[in-house]
Parts: sequence; C-alpha cells; structure tokens
Amino acid sequence: MTPSAATPPRLPVARPPTAWQTGANVVFRGLTHAFGGAVVVLLAGIVFEVLRHASPAVSKYGAGFVSGSVWDANRNEFGILPEIGGTLYTSFWALLLAGFLGVTLALVLSQGFLHRRYEVVMKNVVELLAAIPSVVYGLWGIFVLVPLLRPGAAWLNDHFPNFPLFATRLSGPGILPASLVLAIMILPTVTAVSREAMAAVPPRLAAAAYGLGATRWEVIFRVTLPTASGGIFGALVLGLGRAFGETMALAMLAGNAPNFSWSLFSPGNTLAALLANHFPEAGEFEVGALMYAALVLLLITLAVNVVGSLIMVRATAGLRGLR
Amino acid sequence: MNADMSTQASLAAAPEVATGAPAPAAAGPVLMDCRVEHIFYGSFLAVRNAEVPIIANEITAFIGPSGCGKSTVLRSLNRMNDFVPGFRMEGHVHYRGQDIYAPGVDPVAVRRSIGMVFQQPNPFATSIYNNVAFGLKLNRFKGDYAERIEKALRGAALWDEVKDKLNSSGLALSGGQQQRLCIARAIAVEPDLLLMDEPCSALDPIATRRVEELMLELKQTYTIAIVTHNLQQAQRVADRTAFFFVDTSAGGRTGYLIEYRPTQELFGDPKEEQTRAYIRGDFS
Amino acid sequence: MAPPTTAGRAGNNLHLSLGNSRTLLDRVLTLLAIGLSLFALFPLLSVLYMLLVRGGELLSPSLFTELTPGAGMEGGGIGNAVLGTLIVVLIASVLSLPLGLLAAIYLAEYAGESKLGTLVRFAGKVLTGMPSILAGVFAYALVVVTMGSFSALAGGVAMSVLMVPTVMLTAEQALRAVPEKMRMAALGMGATRMETTLRVVVPTALPGILTGVMLALARAAGETAPLLFTALFSDYWFEGRLGSPIASLAVLIYNFSGSPFPHLVKLAWAASLILVFLVLVLNVGAQLIIRRPQEF
Repeated sequence: MTPSAATPPRLPVARPPTAWQTGANVVFRGLTHAFGGAVVVLLAGIVFEVLRHASPAVSKYGAGFVSGSVWDANRNEFGILPEIGGTLYTSFWALLLAGFLGVTLALVLSQGFLHRRYEVVMKNVVELLAAIPSVVYGLWGIFVLVPLLRPGAAWLNDHFPNFPLFATRLSGPGILPASLVLAIMILPTVTAVSREAMAAVPPRLAAAAYGLGATRWEVIFRVTLPTASGGIFGALVLGLGRAFGETMALAMLAGNAPNFSWSLFSPGNTLAALLANHFPEAGEFEVGALMYAALVLLLITLAVNVVGSLIMVRATAGLRGLR
Repeated sequence: MNADMSTQASLAAAPEVATGAPAPAAAGPVLMDCRVEHIFYGSFLAVRNAEVPIIANEITAFIGPSGCGKSTVLRSLNRMNDFVPGFRMEGHVHYRGQDIYAPGVDPVAVRRSIGMVFQQPNPFATSIYNNVAFGLKLNRFKGDYAERIEKALRGAALWDEVKDKLNSSGLALSGGQQQRLCIARAIAVEPDLLLMDEPCSALDPIATRRVEELMLELKQTYTIAIVTHNLQQAQRVADRTAFFFVDTSAGGRTGYLIEYRPTQELFGDPKEEQTRAYIRGDFS
Repeated sequence: MAPPTTAGRAGNNLHLSLGNSRTLLDRVLTLLAIGLSLFALFPLLSVLYMLLVRGGELLSPSLFTELTPGAGMEGGGIGNAVLGTLIVVLIASVLSLPLGLLAAIYLAEYAGESKLGTLVRFAGKVLTGMPSILAGVFAYALVVVTMGSFSALAGGVAMSVLMVPTVMLTAEQALRAVPEKMRMAALGMGATRMETTLRVVVPTALPGILTGVMLALARAAGETAPLLFTALFSDYWFEGRLGSPIASLAVLIYNFSGSPFPHLVKLAWAASLILVFLVLVLNVGAQLIIRRPQEF
C-alpha cells in the first residue's frame, strides 16, 4: 500500500442530506409531536365539552340531580337516582355471572385442560363473542332471550311472589335479560384479562405443588388462583367499567323505565341507556340535564378504569419477585 | 466531500488530510484523528484517554476485555453514541480535518460518509435488492442502481449466492449471508471509512473467515476500523491494533487505551505488562 | 403408569381410583369447568344461528339496492344503511387514521420516557376505556349543537373518537416490535429519523399496524350508541351532503328492533347478518395478517 492511495478517487455517492431531507425531518418530528399532543387535547376536549354543556344544569340542579328520582322533560324536573341504581344493579348481576364464567373459562384456557388445538379454537370463539356488535345482542335479547326467560320468570313469580328478586312479572324487557346480555358482553374482557394473569403465574409454582402430590384442582385453588388473584380482581374491575358504559344492550333490554326496583323481572334504566333513549329527541333544557348525566357517567367510568388499571399495575409488580 | 460538509459545519477550510499524527511507524495519512479525553454516559465515566488516529487504507483493530470501551470509542467515530441518552464526549474526532463534534455539524451527514456494520446482522425486512439500494436512495443516487448493487454484492462476496434471488427477503438468508448483506449495504455508498463493531461475533468460523477475507479485499478501497474480541482475528487482518483495558480503581469501570501500534509489533513485542498478560490469555 | 412390581406399603396404592374422594372431586370439577365453558358459548351459537335463519330469510340482491320501507310497508331493503355505514366509517377513518398513526409514531419513535409521552399514553388508555356513548355526547356537543342539525359528519366524528385510541395503541405496539438494530442500521447509514421511520420501521411494522386498523374499523362499524344522536337515521340515499343525517346498519337495527311491524323486524335481522358478516370479515382479515410468519 502506498500513501498516495490514501485518498483514492471516489465517485461521490455519499453526500450530506439535502435541505429537503433535513427540513422534512424537522417538520415530521414536529408533526408527530403535534399529533401526539392532539390525543391529549382530544381527551381534554371531550371532558371540556361535556362540562361546558353540563354546567348550566349542574348549577341549576346541583347535587339534587343525583339524588332526584323523577325525569320529566315537560316540567323540567330531572333526577338520575333510578338510573344510577339501575346501572349499578345490572352491572352487579352481570359481573357476578361474567366473573364466575370468565374465570372458569380462563382456567380452562390456561391450565392445560384442553388439547392445544381446542384451546386455540375456544380462545378465538371467546374473541368472536366480543366482535359481535352490541346492537345485535340487543336484538337477540328481545327476540330470543326474553321469550326464553318468560316461563321460568312466571313460575318463580307465582311461587315466590314475596321474595324481592321475583316480586314482579317479566312482561318483556327487564333487569334480568339486560343483566344476562351485559354479562355476555363483558365476558370476553374478564376472560382475556384473567387468562393473562393466570398465564403469568410461573409454571414452577404449580410444579412444586404437583410435586407434593396435589391434584390439578388443589393446585388451581391453592396456587394458581391465589397467585393470580390481583390480576383477576383487576379483570373484574375492568369488566365493571365496561358494564357501566355499555349502552345498546341496555337501551334495548332494560325497559327504559324511570324507576328502580329490586325485582329482576321489572323494567329499569341505566345512565348510558338514558342518554341513548333521550338524546335524539331532547329539547334544550333536557340536553343540559343529559350532559350532566353524561358527566356523572364519565366520572364513574373514569374512576373505575383508573382503579382497575392501578390494580393491574400492582398485580404485575407483585408477581415480579417470582420471576 | 469536504466542501459539502463544511456547508453544514461552516468551518474554516481545513487541510485535506492531516499528516504527521502521532502514529509511531511510518504510515499513510491520517484519515481520522480521534483523540478521546473522556466519554461519559450521564455521570458514568465510560472511557478516558484514548488517542487512536486511523490511517487511510488500513485496517485498525480495537481489542481488549469486555467493558474496556472499545465499542464506545468506535461508535463515537460516526456519532452513533448520540442515540445513547446522557452521552457526552470530551476531546475531538477530526475527520479529514473537520471536527465531527463541532457545533453545526449534522451527524446525519457524518454517518453518510462513515458507514457501520453492527455486531448482530441487521438487514431490513425487505428484499436483498432493496437492502443494498437503501443507502443509494438515501443519497439520492442518480445512476445505474443494478450495477451498483451488483458491485456491492460482489464486494461483499455475496453475489454468487444471491444473484438469482435479489427479490427475496434479506431475512431469509443465513446469519453469515445476512452479515455480508449488511456489509454490501454499507459499501454500496462507498463510504470513506467503514466501522465494524464485532462483525463476526454472531457468525460461525467459516462465515467469519469469509468476512475476514472480505475485509482484506476491501482495504484496497476503503479504510476500516474494527472492534473484535478475537485476538487471532486482529492478528490476521489488522495493520494496526489498539489495546484497551479497564480501570476499576476508582470504583467504576472506565476503559482507557494502553497502547496503539502496528499489529505485528503489538503482538510480537508488547510494551505494557497488561498487553502482554492479555495476549497470553490471562484475562478474557 | 406401570403397576408396582413389589407390594407397596399399606395404603400406598398407586392406581388411579375414582373411589378416592380427592380424585373424584378433581374429575367432577374438571367436567363442571368444561361444561360451564361450553355453556358460556351457547349465546354465540344461538346468535349466529338466528342470524343465519332469520337474517338469511330476506337475503337477496334487492336488499342492497332498495331503500328502507316506511312503517307498515312491505318490500324495500337496507341499501341506504349499508352505504351509510360505509360512509360514516370512511369519514371516521379519514379523521382518525392520520391522528392515530402519527401519534403512534410519536409514542414509539420519539416519546421515550418523556412526560408528554406518558400523558399521551394515559390519554389513549382513558379513551379506550371510555363508554362509546360519551363519544356520541362529545360529537353532539361539538358538531350537532354547532351546526344545528344531526349529520353524517357528527357520526364520523363520534366514531373517529372511538377509533383513535385503538389505532394508536396497536400501532405503537407494532412499531415497538421492530427491532432496535434495524433502526440503528438505517441511522448508521445516515438516514434521518423520518427516513428511518418511514422507510424502515413503518414498512416492517405494517402487518401489525394494519391489524390494529382493521380491528378499529370492525369496532367502529358495529358501534351504535354514538350514532343514535349524531348521524341519526335517514330513509334516503346519501346525497353527498355531510351536513345531513345518514342511515347506518347499527341504528337501523336499533330502530326496527322495537317496531310493531314484523317486516321491519325481519329487515333488522337481515341488517344484523350483514353487519356481523362485515365485522367478522374485518376481524378474520386482521387475524390473517398477524398470523403471517414474521421473523426479524
């Protein structure tokens, strides 16, 4: 090698970025930041718009809105206590059912009960459950579920008329069909999130219990479920958040009745269903009241979701020591 | 090239190539005058006192135990360390007379002339053709792409293996082929200097040997700086070798340069005790 | 299990015995769990069955070419609703895809651990968990009140609010799955951040991004609540006016489900069949894209 070869004649392929390339890079950077910020602005905008339109009603009705139980647009009298009650009540039953079935499904899908192939099929079927639009479940509820429930409901009402849960007759829509469909709708969420929590339990924990002679269900009850309990609880809370906000199935099946009853067979209403049923034809004053109701719904679901997310974060952190 | 860069850097005209750098043996001109005083990651002092002038058309090897900062120094030669949060360098890197760390220098422009081959083969998830064409497109090359790509693939000793499947995915190649594809991608733009960061560590011995042969061929046209943990590799390919070591005396792990000499001298007659011990295999 | 070759100690029987209460309980619980799981899937089967039987009844080309009939009338179709759903989803995509994708690029390529990044991610999660009807309330407040009428645009805005977080969070995950070494390869050749992102990262992550987009589209197409009081409904074809109400499959199903006229209920079933078909095609498509073997 000779020193003169040090700077060989090169075809100048490499060259500095053109002004366009450098400029576009800067613009692109700014653009992505702006759009990232826009998502925050979007959330803030939603809260702001609801607050802005609700504020006249908030100042007019105050806390009495939440404790009032009459919704009469003609007399400009608005209260959402029955709707809050209905939201909580339907969600309670839905969560009870979906929690039980969802955790069972999650176990079946994560603990090696099924051949790998059927496990995948079943997992996809559960996901399919989530893909069906809620309005279709509502339609199914009206024309399949309610007729199916009616004889049983009538029998229970005939034989236990004084038991509060069965105190009325199921004439059509009601708390029971609404809660059942709601359960179907949150089942995929509960199943998926608790399945993840169970799958995150290190296999060596179960292996240790098997090694001590435990049966499969002893392992599930003593090792898997306790270890995954944080995540399962988080799944239930997230499911509850979805149940509170679910609209169509309830608007179609709860009965749109402005009163609250403990009876499973009586019609009721929920916050989301109230919005869906009243917004399309609301006058100016009623819109204000509906915005107030939307604000209450927003705050409730926000609180539940934040709590759920925090539980999930803590559950994940709690398992870290096991890894 | 130089003029192009000074449009970015607005530096005073510098001599085309600095000569008479402190490299001991008779040598060609210094392509890159690298003088690291300190490299920090945050408050952590990663490297101190490393002066490694890189001579044009030579292969310079950086060796030393892990944690000695050899990769850090290499990556600071084309400002790849800019992507590490908290990176800060004291000292200078003069490339053809210009400080690549001077304010106003665009690191993107630096990296266009100073190519890099990484430890892990990292072809893009696209065809072999597009992988090699990537740099040409970046530089808005207006010429015969097919010719350039064939030349680069031949240069990387990969042409015969892939000439019939230029449109198949670069990820479908074997590890050794992927690494040669990455070399082809790097040399397609004919970089002034090629930095190779342990390019063979993920390869089997046969593939390693091919890449080494390739480096010796590339030396005719390019200048290469290579980090390797393989002493035999340094002996086989490098004209000059820089030996780095770790100083743990201050509690941290700070790398520094022990000696930098022509490879044969360094391995044949090491001046420093650490070098002697390392070559003997006392630490690894 | 091989039988013991030597006699074990008393009570040390290694044979599986259903007489053993622990074993029996184990078996019963297993059967119960699998039984309950199958029971949980009953509604899905029933829904699909009803869709095919009752929805299939009216399936014919005229279903797609004719307008919805008035109350008490026979015949007609759901053409305006099919078209309307497509148009509302299109409007929502135009509004939400650029926002969601660029925000995802921000999160994956620029945000790192920065405060804004954490805030954006938090906003995305909150938006995901927000009841869909609140998106409708927002669009009502923003568009319907401002423009003074229900409109296709309001429906699109409501739906885009639902799509943004899904698109953003799934696209961010897909972008993050692209190995760092590919970014380094591009940056090391002197590509700018933009070129690295657009020429290397986004093409590599494209299948994952598309999956997220299709899932968001599927979710949006089936959403009803936010459309009820934004897009409302229309018995006529869309005439290119974004400021007028527009029909959609979802609202059609809701409106006709409570109708006393059996023919309209039949149309609701037919619309459900079409809607579910549309949603499932999008879902299956999304699954197929993601299943394609990916190795980096």
